[in-house]
Amino acid sequence: MKPETIERLRSLLAPARVLTSKEDLIPYGFDGTAVLQQLPACVVFPVDTQEVSAVVELANADDVPIVTRGSGTGLSGGSVPISDCIVLCLLRMNRILEVDTDNLTLLAETGTITKSIEDGALAEGLFYPPDPSSLKVSTIGGNVANNSGGLRGLKYGVTRDYVMGMEVVLPDGEIAWLGNKCVKDVAGYSLKDLFVGSEGTLGIITKVLLKLVPLPPARRTLLATYSTLEAGAETVSSIIAEKIIPCTLEFLDQTTLRCVEEFAKIGLPTEATSLLLMETDGHSAVVAEEAAKMEAIARRHGAIEVRVARDGLEAAELATARRSAFSALARVRPTTILEDVTVPRSRLAEMVRFVEDAAARHKVKVANFGHMGDGNLHPTFLTNEKDPEEMHRVELAMDEIFDFTIELGGTITGEHGVGLAKKKHLPAQFRDASYPLLKRIKGALDPKNLFNPGKIFDLQAASVSNEQLQNDA
Amino acid sequence: MNNCKTMPEAKRLETLDYSILQQCMHCGMCLPTCPTYDETGLERNSPRGRISLMRAIADGQLELTPAFGEEMYYCLGCLACTTACPAGVDYADLFENARADIEDAQILDTKERRFWRWLAVKTIFMRPRLLRAIGRVMWLYQSSGLQALLRRIGAFRLLPRNLRELEPMAPRIQRSFSDGLIAREEVPAEPPRFRVGMLTGCVQDLAFSDVNRDTVDVLLANGCSVVTPRCQACCGSLHGHNGETALAEELARRAIDQFDLDEVDAIISNAGGCGSHLKHYGRLLKNDPDYAAKAAIWDSKLKDIHEWLDEIGLAPPPALPEPMTVTYHDSCHLCHGQGVSRQPRDLLKAVPNLTLKPLAESSWCCGSAGVYNITQPEQAGKLQKRKVANILQTAAPNVATANPGCHLQLQTGLRIEGSDTIVHHPVSILARAYRNR
Repeated sequence: MKPETIERLRSLLAPARVLTSKEDLIPYGFDGTAVLQQLPACVVFPVDTQEVSAVVELANADDVPIVTRGSGTGLSGGSVPISDCIVLCLLRMNRILEVDTDNLTLLAETGTITKSIEDGALAEGLFYPPDPSSLKVSTIGGNVANNSGGLRGLKYGVTRDYVMGMEVVLPDGEIAWLGNKCVKDVAGYSLKDLFVGSEGTLGIITKVLLKLVPLPPARRTLLATYSTLEAGAETVSSIIAEKIIPCTLEFLDQTTLRCVEEFAKIGLPTEATSLLLMETDGHSAVVAEEAAKMEAIARRHGAIEVRVARDGLEAAELATARRSAFSALARVRPTTILEDVTVPRSRLAEMVRFVEDAAARHKVKVANFGHMGDGNLHPTFLTNEKDPEEMHRVELAMDEIFDFTIELGGTITGEHGVGLAKKKHLPAQFRDASYPLLKRIKGALDPKNLFNPGKIFDLQAASVSNEQLQNDA
Repeated sequence: MNNCKTMPEAKRLETLDYSILQQCMHCGMCLPTCPTYDETGLERNSPRGRISLMRAIADGQLELTPAFGEEMYYCLGCLACTTACPAGVDYADLFENARADIEDAQILDTKERRFWRWLAVKTIFMRPRLLRAIGRVMWLYQSSGLQALLRRIGAFRLLPRNLRELEPMAPRIQRSFSDGLIAREEVPAEPPRFRVGMLTGCVQDLAFSDVNRDTVDVLLANGCSVVTPRCQACCGSLHGHNGETALAEELARRAIDQFDLDEVDAIISNAGGCGSHLKHYGRLLKNDPDYAAKAAIWDSKLKDIHEWLDEIGLAPPPALPEPMTVTYHDSCHLCHGQGVSRQPRDLLKAVPNLTLKPLAESSWCCGSAGVYNITQPEQAGKLQKRKVANILQTAAPNVATANPGCHLQLQTGLRIEGSDTIVHHPVSILARAYRNR
């Protein structure tokens, strides 16, 4: 990057909000994804939309790519920098601007931590349901840009289902407001939906208008343990078949269970082969009835034990423990590679079995957990990036899992995004005119390919290749 | 790159078992628990950011630079990240190795820094008799009225700013130290159930020898006979946390030599910061053929007082003479370093006539952090203010905490706010109850 560009960034923001030293940049060279790593040219911290717009204009004039970042908890390398780019970090834009209790909406700057959004809604007796496991760390902007899911996806849907509007800075620096507080709105294309899940490739979302719902008055959490993997999956199928839609149906296999217990120490039954965490919420009478039914179904499918959480505290403890699953798995091997393949719910049992078989075929260690209720699995490879031979086998197993997912009518990513980690597999899922359509949209909005280039897919003119981004170590 | 001297070597980080660094999968779960990241919002001031710098050094992508050195000393070492980390990263080990590399390479070296480190770390805290002689002089100065006089006439305005700010933080020295208050061996009235060794500490001994006496009283009331070696030295945590590994090793050997390890069921520490270091002598001395085995036994017997009382089952304390409302502040190295946070609360709740009020952010560092309030007064001051505000919010007239550094930091902070909230060690409250038989 030209020194003049840095100088102009410094005078635009403030010298303290433009980082360039090696010690400052190294910690921004990665996100929550394993292996991927690249130093940016600088990191900048705008404090408002005007500053974001000014940085974008400057980058546009100097042809410098911009990688937008929140807390850097992404799991597909979406916010991993590309060589010689500006990392634009939105964390200083972290205010909740309005909670509208008449229209049940919340307006916030996108650097706001997801948990603060949840708390801000709670303070008014309202509820913001999407709860990615990183919610205490991640930003709402990152959630919107990746269309994050979470533990409550089964009943409440994902981030997209709560985005009513947004302010976005376009690649030429123009600022656009998309959407509004109306429940119904069919004026023009639903442009806001174009930006949800766009992974920073189309625009920089600076404010977001979110839908809130009334806080469910009651909830109950149950824990069932099984001696086989299938019994848990069958319980889930039966619950859905009996037309119960609980807010959470989470599954952990034994490896995951043991790692989580080692960290959380809350007395999870580590001798069980699999564990199902179930939660129902809503009117207290409905909750009681559904909880009783789910307990009976679990027992019918041979659950060793069904435990009901004593109170909200224990329920929260269980959910927190579940949220630690991915990180807790890092206890087993040096490198932890997480996937989030998702299949139609009816094909779950097949998928679970296939993951086991693929791991066995290639002699790699895999742990499995995930959102059983919505078909979103997290097969997690426990490996060592310093062992190229083993990494190769991991890749082979992963390729088979992706292929099988697509064969079952599933998707290569349910909630983490494509980023860098999954872009190789995207063409297999977008087999018709849809794949070029993605690129045409990108080309129309960002003709110079300056917003997070090389993520989701490579354009012909892409300045960076996947190989370049691999940690060479 | 930073200077023309030969490149400083990061021997420890470079030879460290790489899997310890790899254990961090940079998920970011540590971020909201880190006080310095909370302050700046910059990744380099976060646990995963610091680990990434250490990893860059181990990988040869970064040299030992002064900026890296400053970063490692900006870290409080509070270990809140360790509690938060699902992956189980041993941050304390990484952090101490990084600081040791920094000291070996002398990248932060200045004349002034060298002098203070020589005086405090390498001299006073290596020599228990010298430390106590200084304590004696300080006691004379404080109790003779000289300190009050100097304060009244504003003599401290003549001191350079950093010393001037330190003066009010100097601990109030006790009239008698532990050896004067505790016999070498004390036995309970009834036949003892256990025999334990007692660590009196260094700062603890000078400023809180009464807490040591209370600890022994509580142990006696719980059927433990207590052996207390004379004129004990610093446990070496100061040295370990500040990159003086060789001195820390020496002090560990001395501490072990004070006890016949076969003769005691447990060795008791009542200071959170010390306990957290004392429990890892095994790691420190793993390459010492004469001490490795002994150190492993030591580790297994080393117990924090609250942990020990919880383990053996607390003898039900009698009621306090008058009702008492208390809130509890977690010493970082007791709760994050040793995982002891339930036990002190349970002990307090077991005391009749005592009401325990929850403290918001109870496990957020108070800014004492060993010598951090001396080396980084600005950040330490911010944390102290935040802690005191939370304590005042509870409206409890008493706050309990189990580490001399926190104790002093809270005392000073409360005094600055004009509060007369009293700081206690939980054990002192227990001892008061047992005395009310």
